[in-house]
Amino acid sequence: MSQLIRSVLDSIFASQAWNSIFRHGIPRDRRTRVMAVMSNLFLHLHPVAVRKSGIRLSFTWCMGGLTFFLFLAEAITGVLLMFYYRPVPEYAFSDIIALRSHVTLGVLREIHRWGAHAMIIAIWLHMMRVFLTGSYKPPREFNWGVGVILLVVTMLLSFTGYLLPWDQLAIWAITVGSNMGKATPFFGMQGPFTDMVMLPGGVPLVTTKSDAAYILLAGTSVGENALMRFYVLHCIALPLAAATLIAVHFWRIRKDGGISGPL
Amino acid sequence: MAAGISTLASGGGGELLTGPAIDAFKDAVNAMSVPEVSLPFFFMPVFILMLVGYRQWTKPLVAGALLVVFCVGYFGSMLIDRDYLAILVKPDNVPITIMLLSVSGCLWLAFRQAALNDAKTKAGLPITDEAADTKVLVWPDLVYTELICIVIASAALLIWSIGLPAPLESPANPAGPPNPSKAPWYFLGLQEMLVYFDPWMAGVILPGMIVSGLICMPYFDTNPKGNGYYTLAERKFGITVWLFGFLILWVVLIVFGTFLRGPNWNFFGPYEYWDSHLQVPLTNINLSDYFWNGKELIGFGMNKALPANAMVRELPGILFVAFWVLLLPPMLARTVMRKRFATMGAARFYIMAIHLVVMGLLPVKMVLRWLLTLKYFVYLPEYNLNL
Ligand code: HEM
Repeated sequence: MSQLIRSVLDSIFASQAWNSIFRHGIPRDRRTRVMAVMSNLFLHLHPVAVRKSGIRLSFTWCMGGLTFFLFLAEAITGVLLMFYYRPVPEYAFSDIIALRSHVTLGVLREIHRWGAHAMIIAIWLHMMRVFLTGSYKPPREFNWGVGVILLVVTMLLSFTGYLLPWDQLAIWAITVGSNMGKATPFFGMQGPFTDMVMLPGGVPLVTTKSDAAYILLAGTSVGENALMRFYVLHCIALPLAAATLIAVHFWRIRKDGGISGPL
Repeated sequence: MAAGISTLASGGGGELLTGPAIDAFKDAVNAMSVPEVSLPFFFMPVFILMLVGYRQWTKPLVAGALLVVFCVGYFGSMLIDRDYLAILVKPDNVPITIMLLSVSGCLWLAFRQAALNDAKTKAGLPITDEAADTKVLVWPDLVYTELICIVIASAALLIWSIGLPAPLESPANPAGPPNPSKAPWYFLGLQEMLVYFDPWMAGVILPGMIVSGLICMPYFDTNPKGNGYYTLAERKFGITVWLFGFLILWVVLIVFGTFLRGPNWNFFGPYEYWDSHLQVPLTNINLSDYFWNGKELIGFGMNKALPANAMVRELPGILFVAFWVLLLPPMLARTVMRKRFATMGAARFYIMAIHLVVMGLLPVKMVLRWLLTLKYFVYLPEYNLNL
């Protein structure tokens, strides 16, 4: 039996197809292990060798990696959810109900929702570990800045997604949040100094139909335009922004000399 | 939330453990949990002890005992109070429990290693040993660790998702806001700040300055030590300020906002029933009232009608804010932060100092609210400018 498996495996490893995909043998010795990392686009995010202190779990808590894992999990379940969900008030709520009862593997929405909460927690913890190890100090100042923008984008992703189920929890949570827009200095109807923003001749520039909250919601309250706007932000704009920034973030980790460690 | 509230409306009863001793305990905890007691007399001392005693409490046995005490109090309370149970198990509140536990666990990991590292440094030993400094191949050492993490994380996420249904309430009704209306929990620190500041501050300026402050932080911190390893002794100032912001002004405020704020944003102790008919009279008083009318309010000072001119009326508040934001930074530069000022240069120092004093404005406003029921330093509704 084991003879048979061995010979099947050997013929697979010797085949033209296998060798066109993996241009090295089984990673068993130093040369093939180095090749395994170098000749794979995804593994190639890593250097071939790293300092042991940097990859100790007690050092990074694997929190950056976990954040990335959750981002991928969100992307995959998010695409699946998009098959079943229509971002208009008539359908949004009932589509969410249908997800639970009609769709095989009815925990899709659960994975997506709890994954989002978990990602928020993981990114805070990642930031805390980067802070407490002083890893934002030179030469990594810029990558810390990229991280902060990622933090904002991640929180906005969660925030825009919160509206989509179109239930009471959703619209009122988003109402509380977007009401802040109304209070923006200079640009919000209820904010300080907004009266001073005017065209020559005293025509007010900021009105209920042009203030910061209106731009966010495409309306004076959370309605169908806001739902569409949040949907597009949530499914397209913000994920693209996050993916781009994550690419920069990872590239900079390597350019800055890999994971930090005592000098 | 509707489901949560309807459970709460039961008004307690049916707990597993009851009795006069437990009632007395609940009343005491409820009374002590109000922010003006718990922040200065519980959370701040715990925070300071965490920093000062990091060599002691991080010892595995001590930390384990602390964890047990925390869990008994946090989860055990579910047995003695229905209202507490209802809040804690509300689906969207479950992540907060996970957050609190994981932040605590990670703080332990960090401070434990800081204690060990600082002891080595003190003894003149290098922090890393040879073994840690050697290079290892990414395949297999890192790739396998990552694989194991992915498997564990997937399993955890699946179990969580199968075990806890995502919340869905009644369909959106633009005419019927729930009371209280709450933002998602990770923004509740900001919503809680609305108690102390108007939306333009709590919702726009403060979050904006949190982001700008974080981005600029690597340029504020000119201390070259502690780069790439856990330490406290070598970075006391930076770590204290940052953790004060994160733990006290962010995490603790989230706990207040989610667990302890009920209808009309009234404060309720952890074992208190969220009574939506409760009316809390607001007696908040502006700084200008105190200034012009102090005789009547606190027994000394002037006894005048408020000046008709808004700018004159608010002059004391405007002067205070101008002092706080414009004068305090240069005063710091000339006194306690003289060295920092010299190494950083003027521009960098003042950007940092502005962030520090604005952050400090929040605790100052909190204390003044508790002591004097102060509402606004500056009250200029004519310009929507209340601070
Ligand atoms: C979507 C969000 C993010 C992802 C996927 C991510 C991912 C990662 C990963 C995988 C690492 C490698 C080391 C580790 O796992 O700790 C890392 C390092 C780093 N991250 Fe992030 N991160 C994110 C957000 C942030 C945030 C919010 C910050 C800070 C505000 C930040 C700052 C840094 C810095 C400075 C490093 C280098 C640390 C070192 O060399 O020790 N990142 N990130």
